[in-house]
Amino acid sequence: MKTFGGPVLFLDRSDINTDEIIPAKYLTEITKEDLKPYILEDLKLTGFDPNGEKTRNARVIISRANFGCGSSREHAPWVFEVNDITAVVAESFARIFRQNMFNCGMAAIELPKEKIDALFAFAGFADSSMAVDVEAQTLTIKGGGKEETFSFDISPFDKALVLAGGWVDYADQKY
Amino acid sequence: MGKTTAEKIFASHLVDEPFPGTRVLHLDVVMCHEITTPIAIADLMARGKDRVFNNAKIKAVIDHVTPSKDTKTATQAKMLRDWARRHTIKDFFDIGHNGVCHALFPEKGFIRPGYTVIMGDSHTCTHGAFGAFAAGVGTTDLEVGILKGVCAFREPKTIRINIHGTLPQGVYAKDVILHVIGRLGVNGATDRVMEFRGPVVEAMTMESRMTLCNMAIEAGGTSGICMPDAVTVDYLWPFIQGDYPTKEAALADFKKWWSDEDAEYDRVLDLDVSGLAPLVTYGYKPDMVKPVTEMAGEPVDQVYLGSCTNGRLEDLRVAAAILKGKKIAPNVRAILSPATPKIYSDALREGLIDVFMEAGFCVTNPTCGACLGMSNGVLAEGEVCASTTNRNFMGRMGKGGMVHLMSPATSAATAIEGTIADPRRYL
Repeated sequence: MKTFGGPVLFLDRSDINTDEIIPAKYLTEITKEDLKPYILEDLKLTGFDPNGEKTRNARVIISRANFGCGSSREHAPWVFEVNDITAVVAESFARIFRQNMFNCGMAAIELPKEKIDALFAFAGFADSSMAVDVEAQTLTIKGGGKEETFSFDISPFDKALVLAGGWVDYADQKY
Repeated sequence: MGKTTAEKIFASHLVDEPFPGTRVLHLDVVMCHEITTPIAIADLMARGKDRVFNNAKIKAVIDHVTPSKDTKTATQAKMLRDWARRHTIKDFFDIGHNGVCHALFPEKGFIRPGYTVIMGDSHTCTHGAFGAFAAGVGTTDLEVGILKGVCAFREPKTIRINIHGTLPQGVYAKDVILHVIGRLGVNGATDRVMEFRGPVVEAMTMESRMTLCNMAIEAGGTSGICMPDAVTVDYLWPFIQGDYPTKEAALADFKKWWSDEDAEYDRVLDLDVSGLAPLVTYGYKPDMVKPVTEMAGEPVDQVYLGSCTNGRLEDLRVAAAILKGKKIAPNVRAILSPATPKIYSDALREGLIDVFMEAGFCVTNPTCGACLGMSNGVLAEGEVCASTTNRNFMGRMGKGGMVHLMSPATSAATAIEGTIADPRRYL
């Protein structure tokens, strides 16, 4: 199983698409590691720098609705994975991106809007970080001397994929 | 309680239900291209599992960047080519025979009503036009599909979209689907199948139905679906005539996949398109649509006609009828990419290619290329493209570029005027 949690990168916009996460011109790379420098390269968002320290240090992303829409490219979860970001918390996900995350043993965690709003209240703190416990289905955000814990829903299948480390191993044993 | 088409397909393909709400289905067709498949191949090799579940059910094509533009794309093509040879995949389409996957594979008769289809490509939803459940997936799902012939899905809910009225002149399937996406929003159909029904769909050709289903993903939909009818039978007849004594028998068989009258829908949307105007997108999301009349006069640098959405013969015919005897405006460059070799040669025979070339179009070989900013028509920063493709995301056709999605007719009128233009004045 992958490890989850650490410094948070806040991306305060809905409908962040997979072209913004990893532009198509980099889909010619043959290894996941080669994608690493291009994370979120085409995302234009006030205060966001794809090459900045916050992006480099991030282990968790918090965003809004319909995260990962557009192309089916698994390069989107992979570019997060090779940058040590293993969890994305959002109000909702596009289906293919969400499944790609779980298929890689990563976590795409959905929370209702009011809880996402509560997480974004930590966006102003330079030290915001999150602990994620997929088995217990809880996450705890800390920052600015404050702390909040939320429980989340995850389908039993998606949880099994995280625990198995991904879909290939799971399917290979079972089918 | 009756079942929807998607529910019938799920029930007939069920392999396992490992947890409530998760259905593992066996797959009838696993489709592969050179962008998302090589990493699956490399991973299978690294695991010592370089096998395929059934080489007759795997279809493969080099389509995204072809002919290869550099060493990296040549390597991707080679990985797919070598793998197809290694596993004796008969239905592998290389240079000279290759075209945009979602136009090429239907043309070859690979998709049938009731099928389950996956591909590592989000526009796989196109194939639902044949009454199949067809879903785009990532590389890991593709890898498991190649190895085991199965894929896991959540139990599908279906949005039924009844399209009433008659299409006005100058309004096409592309305008209808842009209208639907505008109504549902870019995540209005997430985890849903979009079932297209009603007299307007029944009157559509298979090509138009593919355009409709192609953009289901732009509303978040898992698959588009149309009911397989006499139009479907006619299209597939060259491929199925050995299976059925008559077309009527084929139709009767296909009808078993129709949604039951008492099927339960997540949502029903009733649209009357009789008053619809040609539509154009104005922002960076496909649900940002306006009538062309409100966008007319907006300058463009490039016109692109092609892709899995609108690169088929009927699209070329519509555009050529508008362009015949005319020249494109001096301030624009225009590119036509027929979606398959057959479409290209049919268009040549019909004299359509002459019309495009005399108008000033550059005609490229079949490829996905420009649609996703990979080759054959990438935009420079700040440039604007009037495009018959499916995504207007920021930078989609080139970093810093802007894309306006529209029908082939609107793109042809736009090429003539050099600014976004209403096609109806040319009809």
